[in-house]
Amino acid sequence: MGADERNPAIEPRRQQAVAAALRAFLPPQSVLYEAEDTRPYECDGLTAYRRVPMVVALPETEEQLRRTLQTCHAMEVPVVPRGAGTGLSGGALPLADGVLLSMAKFMRVLRVDPVARVAVVQPGVRNAAISDVVAPFGLYYAPDPSSQIACSIGGNVAENSGGVHCLKYGLTVHNVLQVKGYTVEGEPFTFGSEAPDTPGYDLLALAIGSEGLLAVITEVTVKLLPKPQLAQVVMASFDDVEKAGAAVAAVIAAGIIPAGLEMMDRPATRAVEDFVHAGYDVDAAAILLAESDGTPEEVAEEIAHIKAVLEAAGATRMTVSRDEAERLRFWSGRKAAFPAMGRISPDYYCMDGTIPRRRLGEVLRFIAELEKKYGLRCPNVFHAGDGNLHPLILFDANDAQELERTERFAAEVLEKCVEVGGTITGEHGVGVEKIDQMCVQFRDEELEIFHAVKRVFDPKGLLNPGKAVPTLQRCAEFGRMHVRGGQLKHPELPRF
Amino acid sequence: MSEAVQSLADRVRAAADAGTRLRLRGGGTKDFYGGTLEGEVLDTRLHSGIARYDPTELVVTARAGTPLAALEAALGEKGQMLAFEPPHFSQSGSAATVGGCVAAGLSGPRRIAAGALRDFVLGAVLLDGRGRVLRFGGEVMKNVAGYDVARLLAGSLGTLGVILEVSLKVLPRPVEEQTRRFECSQAEAIERLNAWAGQPHPISAATWHAGVLRLRLSGAAAALRAAAARLGGEAVAAHAAAQYWDAVREQRHPFFSGDSPLWRLAVPAGTGPLALAGEPLLEWGGALRWLRSDLEPMLLREAAARAGGHATLFRARNKSAGAFAPLNALQMRLQRGLKAAFDPQGIFNRGRLYPEL
Repeated sequence: MGADERNPAIEPRRQQAVAAALRAFLPPQSVLYEAEDTRPYECDGLTAYRRVPMVVALPETEEQLRRTLQTCHAMEVPVVPRGAGTGLSGGALPLADGVLLSMAKFMRVLRVDPVARVAVVQPGVRNAAISDVVAPFGLYYAPDPSSQIACSIGGNVAENSGGVHCLKYGLTVHNVLQVKGYTVEGEPFTFGSEAPDTPGYDLLALAIGSEGLLAVITEVTVKLLPKPQLAQVVMASFDDVEKAGAAVAAVIAAGIIPAGLEMMDRPATRAVEDFVHAGYDVDAAAILLAESDGTPEEVAEEIAHIKAVLEAAGATRMTVSRDEAERLRFWSGRKAAFPAMGRISPDYYCMDGTIPRRRLGEVLRFIAELEKKYGLRCPNVFHAGDGNLHPLILFDANDAQELERTERFAAEVLEKCVEVGGTITGEHGVGVEKIDQMCVQFRDEELEIFHAVKRVFDPKGLLNPGKAVPTLQRCAEFGRMHVRGGQLKHPELPRF
Repeated sequence: MSEAVQSLADRVRAAADAGTRLRLRGGGTKDFYGGTLEGEVLDTRLHSGIARYDPTELVVTARAGTPLAALEAALGEKGQMLAFEPPHFSQSGSAATVGGCVAAGLSGPRRIAAGALRDFVLGAVLLDGRGRVLRFGGEVMKNVAGYDVARLLAGSLGTLGVILEVSLKVLPRPVEEQTRRFECSQAEAIERLNAWAGQPHPISAATWHAGVLRLRLSGAAAALRAAAARLGGEAVAAHAAAQYWDAVREQRHPFFSGDSPLWRLAVPAGTGPLALAGEPLLEWGGALRWLRSDLEPMLLREAAARAGGHATLFRARNKSAGAFAPLNALQMRLQRGLKAAFDPQGIFNRGRLYPEL
């Protein structure tokens, strides 16, 4: 975890000047600067970091947005875009010298074309709302982050969000066809197309997952898929976490791509079962949820195949959902895993590393060792199909010492993910939270390229500065201070 | 750093110092594609081989010079495939490479169901214009650390740097395939394909040409039987079907022979028949329209743009109209900026994508 290094004080005269400039074209209720109005924006889903923004702007039209950007650019005011504020990496953490640009009022569904299977929506539309709107046509939008009832599609684009079905259906980048928006200078652009590709470099791919550092989007065209006729899920118990991990590999090796393939360890299933009563086997060391979808013929064949593979891999108990209600109940536990942790601990800290699946056992043993080392509990939920881990460290934020231990615990886990050939973030983004670990995953030359890419879109560095990509100075500082396995890097060098 | 990478990096640094232009080349099977070929050839084939492949991870990492056929054979042995079915365009004596495949960014018939090449790129090692070896993305399915530079390389035609190594997502081969044939007009074909795409049918390829619509179905045996019954049409014998899809993918189908310019129009799938002189062949449910036509490039490009797409002059003796549709001012400014970020001296594949890059 790493807070950012920018100046934390709001300068009142600057605040007055920026607010006045924005009120010249924004309605009064769209420019907030009194602390009681701006405080609700002080953090996103990562509540450990809070900062009250200098000004909050809530444009309602594209013209207002364009002028907001032009004004901020002319006055050299940093701009932090924000969607629904559900992000888990502090990507929308405000700046004390910046404008927090809320896209919450861009919440219209502009067009649904059931024949072309696309929906065109504004960025403030909630992820789940898209599937609701297109359901009468037998269509849906596939990426389903656990926060889908609250998170917005604009935020999904910024983070390249995933979900529990992305092994088969892909991430946001695979399901968004086009974005429209404005550069930091207020120039309109379109990246991507409803045609299968565009000439030149794939700027759509670059924009998706760029954490609000390259441009601001005002319109998203998503691909819609026909809703599978049937979905069924197998819930399987294992008496050993590593056996469950091997079972996942066996399913893939058998040539099956399940629609969803999730794993939870016993501490996670117990917390969840007390909360939502999903019917989980709380005596199992780990449970797997494997979903099959498609036509009834496909599902029948695939479920039989999955069961045979899991049985051979040592499953001690298996239940297949009998109807849609039971299927949703099995998933309800997985989707409620995070709030369930909130019931058994004052705070929880969610990590998001991805690893090659074959290293799962090693990483879980490593986490178990860290639980002892730091004296903190850490249940695990795991998008097993794609290697994305969500260990949840349970702690009490009111205990400063415990928070600090949590941060060190989390940093060690993320660095382990890099060491085994994985990544520090699979779907939550870097934000401010993992900015120091970027120095572990990337070398200076690679970070330089990221900064150069940023300058192409935003030469003055005004869009969401201090997030996602660390400065080289910061990494140098981090490298000097970084203790690994009880050893400073280069212990032969004198310190302080 | 291997000896091969060292030697490539030395060449690049020397070229950057001297301002010499380099032409990145694997098997040269796609030399016909894109704009001009400029500079001294930098052959990537000495950096070859599959670096890592674990079928249960659904990821393969291969070096640039690896023959695409060798990669596909290695995947086939484990019952897996590159689901985007990239065209090789290999001729006798020249074999497509993995690096060239990613740089060209082209996908084949299965793109309609599985997605495009860019959707399968997970990571890449790049030799940039300063001769630095850079690693982006990785070997895992989900990775949002840093900008998605690896995916940006797909279709960049070697203008951003030398793709040294690439990690691709792979998928299991379908259990069974079956091809159905229907006689209908182009307009009917487009209408049917769009209607079917809105329903859960296991369609993995579709073409329409000369009054015949062909569908390939992929999946479990029971599912294919059910789908065939619902969709109708007549079955095509398995061997002939396999040959047909391969001929479309590799452009060995008679439609692609001859000298008249071959245009590639990418349009929204629901676009009706384009009123353009010339013979069309449709793929990807109507979203990809090959056209043999001597029409004015400007007319063709305007028609594609009106439909919401773009037109590429894919194969032609005369490409003075530019291989790719022109970009607007902002797009060109951003693309030039990206080129300069990776290749500040402008040494790689100048003019291959656009004269300005």
